[in-house]
Amino acid sequence: MKLQGLSLGAAVLALVLAVPLGIRDPFFQNILILTVLYTALSQAWNLLGGYCGQVSLGQALFFGIGAYASTILFTRYGVSPLAGMMLGGLLAALVGLAVGWPCFRLRGHYFVIATIVVAETGYLLFLNWDWAGAATGILIPFKGESIVDFQFQTSKLPFYYGIVTIAAVLWVFSYWIARSKWGFYWRAVRGNPDAAESLGVRIFRYKMAAAAASAFFTGICGSFYAQYVSYIDPDSVLAFNQSVLISLPTVLGGIGTLWGPALGAVVLIPMSELVRAYLGGTGQGTDLIIYGALIVGVATLKPEGLCGLIADLCKRGKRAARQAAGEGA
Amino acid sequence: MSVESVAQVIASGLLMGLIYALIAAGLSLIFGLMDIVNFAHGEFLMTAMYLTFGLNLLLTLDPLALLPVVAALMFLLGVVIYRTVIRRAMQARTSVWMAQIFVTFGLAIMMRGLAQLIFTPEYRSIRHHWLSDRSVDLLGVYLSLPQLAAAGVCLLGFLGLYLLIARTDFGRALEATREDKEAVALVGINRDLIFALGWGIGGAAVGIAGVMLASFYYIYPGVGANFALVAFITVALGGFGSLGGALLGGIIIGLVEAITAMLVEPSLKSIGIYAVYMLVVLLRPRGLFGYL
Repeated sequence: MKLQGLSLGAAVLALVLAVPLGIRDPFFQNILILTVLYTALSQAWNLLGGYCGQVSLGQALFFGIGAYASTILFTRYGVSPLAGMMLGGLLAALVGLAVGWPCFRLRGHYFVIATIVVAETGYLLFLNWDWAGAATGILIPFKGESIVDFQFQTSKLPFYYGIVTIAAVLWVFSYWIARSKWGFYWRAVRGNPDAAESLGVRIFRYKMAAAAASAFFTGICGSFYAQYVSYIDPDSVLAFNQSVLISLPTVLGGIGTLWGPALGAVVLIPMSELVRAYLGGTGQGTDLIIYGALIVGVATLKPEGLCGLIADLCKRGKRAARQAAGEGA
Repeated sequence: MSVESVAQVIASGLLMGLIYALIAAGLSLIFGLMDIVNFAHGEFLMTAMYLTFGLNLLLTLDPLALLPVVAALMFLLGVVIYRTVIRRAMQARTSVWMAQIFVTFGLAIMMRGLAQLIFTPEYRSIRHHWLSDRSVDLLGVYLSLPQLAAAGVCLLGFLGLYLLIARTDFGRALEATREDKEAVALVGINRDLIFALGWGIGGAAVGIAGVMLASFYYIYPGVGANFALVAFITVALGGFGSLGGALLGGIIIGLVEAITAMLVEPSLKSIGIYAVYMLVVLLRPRGLFGYL
């Protein structure tokens, strides 16, 4: 079972690495990059919201902190975005702990709304913080192609392989943690926190760990995003919409599953980009209607997410195979 | 800071707070009934505002005259959405909670797109209103009449909602369904019907608030988002499922917002609300009157 999971991961990685060789159009390369980016972001959300059951709709805060940290370090102090990325991730993790400390006392909807409130506070502060560019945001000047500066203009491929690396590391981390003691504790906290606590699981500590890990990877993705689009402002990285976008792939793909975020992102991101590109140009809202209708359609037809759908199909396939084998014997 | 200006701030905060309270009441009702947070609640409000705008343009009737029409239409919208979408999402075998978040988010995006398609993203405002640009002077405190009327109607709407829930058989059935969703079927209450009516009444409540808000606030496809966040905070502050909590929560939020706008920059006025929310739930994690 363990080998099966890992070999599936390796096979998918090989496929993901090979995909851009067949796709040269920058428009589609952009979709690929965004898809992998949201896979990673949503996997990070899944650590906290899926495995540990602490639904956060404030991930934009960590995303924004990562984006702003590396950008400010790079544009003001010339620090390499690669180092900025790590610092951004660490800073996001620290903020995650600081936010988690009061918020983890809350449960259910009170917790969800607290995460929105904290993230919106961050959004408002950045919107009014002149030193960090306030509402105008920060433009990252191009200093020439370089890995150290993580800037590339002739090709999008370095960005693609950069985000694939981040997503792969996060996938391995999730794979490992889901099978470790921590993963079991997280699921216990999700399933029944009172029972877990009475059995001696210190739920507060495990929630904090989940928050730190989730925020760390979200911050790193934020730094990546800033370098990729080379312009950030509070509306693009810190707004509530971003928090929702981060959680949607996992909700669609399957919460608390290893492949859910990737499955959801593969469906959602190309869909939203294509619909926007072909129908959204005129600002008529047609793209929003179709996108929203698709989400409603999926949620009403298959509320368990795509992973549930695939599991059902597999079960049915196995049953059919067993029946066939039975008839043969 | 003179006494008058402080009184002015408190009065306008109070008026806005009453509108917040009625917006939150619809959300609270649906939540209390079936444990569902409607993330398209802001878009319900937006729809009611556009309905008011459209009907006002077509019929040149005053928003106050349109009140029953819009409320009825919003009641229908609530029932239809429950019947077509929500009921299906609730059949999820696992994670019903996430399925409903997802489905109401999709709904919100769709409704916003629809508004953009029909009315374009431009900002609109109501033209024909017999109260517009009038205000009363109350001991040196100026109150705009549309806002005063809105607060009054919202308070009446709230009262009606309270009477409906506390004094009628329907209200008792609603309470019973909230207490135990499974047991009510045994005593002959049609749970599905109660849920549908709950969504209808929630829609009508936010519809009334939308009509009154439209009479003095500008209207655009994204207008619901900010009010929805305020409504979530209001409901949680008062305690999920508590109608009285929504009223008190709305008034507190309105006052805190107005006072924050006076003390610091107006662009930071929401921070005061956020701070109060965090403070309250940290001291009392069930909100002021929540039973959960």
